[in-house]
Amino acid sequence: MGDKQMIVRVSDNIISPLGMSTAENYTAVKAGHSELKRRDGLWQLPEPFTASLMDREMVNEIAAQQHIDERYTFFEKMIILSAAKALEQTHIDPASDKVLFILSTTKGNVFLLDKRETGFPSERVLLGVAARQMSEYFRNPNTPIVVSNACISGVCAQIQAMRELESGHFDYVVTVGADVQSAFIVSGFQSFKALSVDPCKPFDANRTGLNLGDAAATIIYTKKDKVTDNDWVACRGAIRNDANHISGPSRTGEGSYRALRAVLGDTNPEKLAFINTHGTATLYNDEMESFAIERAGLSNVPVNGLKGYYGHTMGAAGILETILSMQAVDDNNILATRGFETIGVTHPLVLSNENKPTDKRAFIKLLSGFGGCNVALLMAKGGVS
Amino acid sequence: MMRHEVYITTNEVKVDGKVLSHNENGSALLTELYRAHVGDYPKFFKMDTLSKLGFVASELLLQAEGAPRFEPREDRAVVFFNRSASLQADTAYQETIQDPNNFYPSPAAFVYTLPNIVTGEIAIRNKYFGETSFIVMEHCDESIMARELQNAFLDPMTQSILGGWLDCTDENHFEANLFLVEKSHVPCSEVSCQQLNESTNNN
Repeated sequence: MGDKQMIVRVSDNIISPLGMSTAENYTAVKAGHSELKRRDGLWQLPEPFTASLMDREMVNEIAAQQHIDERYTFFEKMIILSAAKALEQTHIDPASDKVLFILSTTKGNVFLLDKRETGFPSERVLLGVAARQMSEYFRNPNTPIVVSNACISGVCAQIQAMRELESGHFDYVVTVGADVQSAFIVSGFQSFKALSVDPCKPFDANRTGLNLGDAAATIIYTKKDKVTDNDWVACRGAIRNDANHISGPSRTGEGSYRALRAVLGDTNPEKLAFINTHGTATLYNDEMESFAIERAGLSNVPVNGLKGYYGHTMGAAGILETILSMQAVDDNNILATRGFETIGVTHPLVLSNENKPTDKRAFIKLLSGFGGCNVALLMAKGGVS
Repeated sequence: MMRHEVYITTNEVKVDGKVLSHNENGSALLTELYRAHVGDYPKFFKMDTLSKLGFVASELLLQAEGAPRFEPREDRAVVFFNRSASLQADTAYQETIQDPNNFYPSPAAFVYTLPNIVTGEIAIRNKYFGETSFIVMEHCDESIMARELQNAFLDPMTQSILGGWLDCTDENHFEANLFLVEKSHVPCSEVSCQQLNESTNNN
């Protein structure tokens, strides 16, 4: 460990159909639970789909107990609740000007564009205005930053948080990721033929596409001079583009490979417990990731994917999956890839549908998205040299 | 080092401060600029207005820079900021699903309902393998953009950024203020938000 200051996690939270806390979510995932269910006729959509969706009445009740009332949209309730639950584990004053809120989302309050939706000012469809509802709830004076880089937003937001702390502008960054499903999003992915009607099967030979899910997740980061063995350190992050296609990944995993190479640096791959992939269960994504991992010389590192528990939670995914990966390492566990049965990618991967033990203390979080964007983040308990 | 900058609104085009003459306004202006100054990239016609705006502005900017183009590189990032994310594309896509009796969701429209698609369009055109990023905020704020551009240079790979403000609310209301900034050059007050906020208020 050098003298350099390190970016460490202070606290976190996950709100999903599997629970309202990180612990509830980790326990459910470890036990193999999922709320991915087939939905017929929901939101008047003509085709069925499988999704992991929040009980909105329950969220409304819990939010109301914290005075997050009907002034807020369902999306805003989710982000405020998740941030509040992460903050309540700390002594941070969210009203301080040394605290910044960063929101990761792709579609925010997009449902407000539906002409049948009334009751909220139309400007709330703007992501910056939605984020302001959260920062104002906590009386935070800083303009919240919204990172909107498609499916990689949740990890980009964490890299953004690392940079805000590293450059000394803030003492704490509350990094919140969320998306809530709607007819807009589901019909769009359906039009792409990207959705599976059944629960998704990441990396499987019979995979037919992704599922979607509601979630909000929060990680609070700060900067420390000296880290302990139990501190989770955000070591390095990198965002790279495929420069290939706006709606399909590079067949050679170009951007993902470059991002992996950048975050790995001279770190020995032997230190990695696993790579937590994007693993959407689309044909092209999973194949691309297997190629990128092979090109980066990481074929012997165990790989897993969590979309079989939650579906693709979009703006939440990068944060939710980073939190669960930290929990797994804390528990000496490599989480099973739910839905996976038979390897269905051409480049070899170490992959299992059962939880496996590990004694290693670092992992890489990987994501890719529309616009040809890719991101990797190296997280290590106690840091890496 | 010469600083390069492109400014485009629905009725005004400036490259490095010099007014570029044109006949059209609104989205027709972007097509006019494409035909007059680019012409060899028919994918342009498939793009949403935000991507057309970013594409044309980046082309004018890179032509002003005059450096060799289309060589693969990882050291240049594309970092944009705006207020409206992909609102024009979102509204257009919503139209395709608004009426349950006339429901025709289009993948070609849906793909543009993400603001960062334009960063991908520019990366593809120029073979930029570096960082691409889109940041949304409530209002144009020079100090935040300067802070975020400085932060982007914390990636040791990034030596220059094609960045700036890129906002579009509908086909006839948009504004771009893009520039190139080098790592050695502190990016303070690169964007004049006063100019941009005034043009927003005039809409």
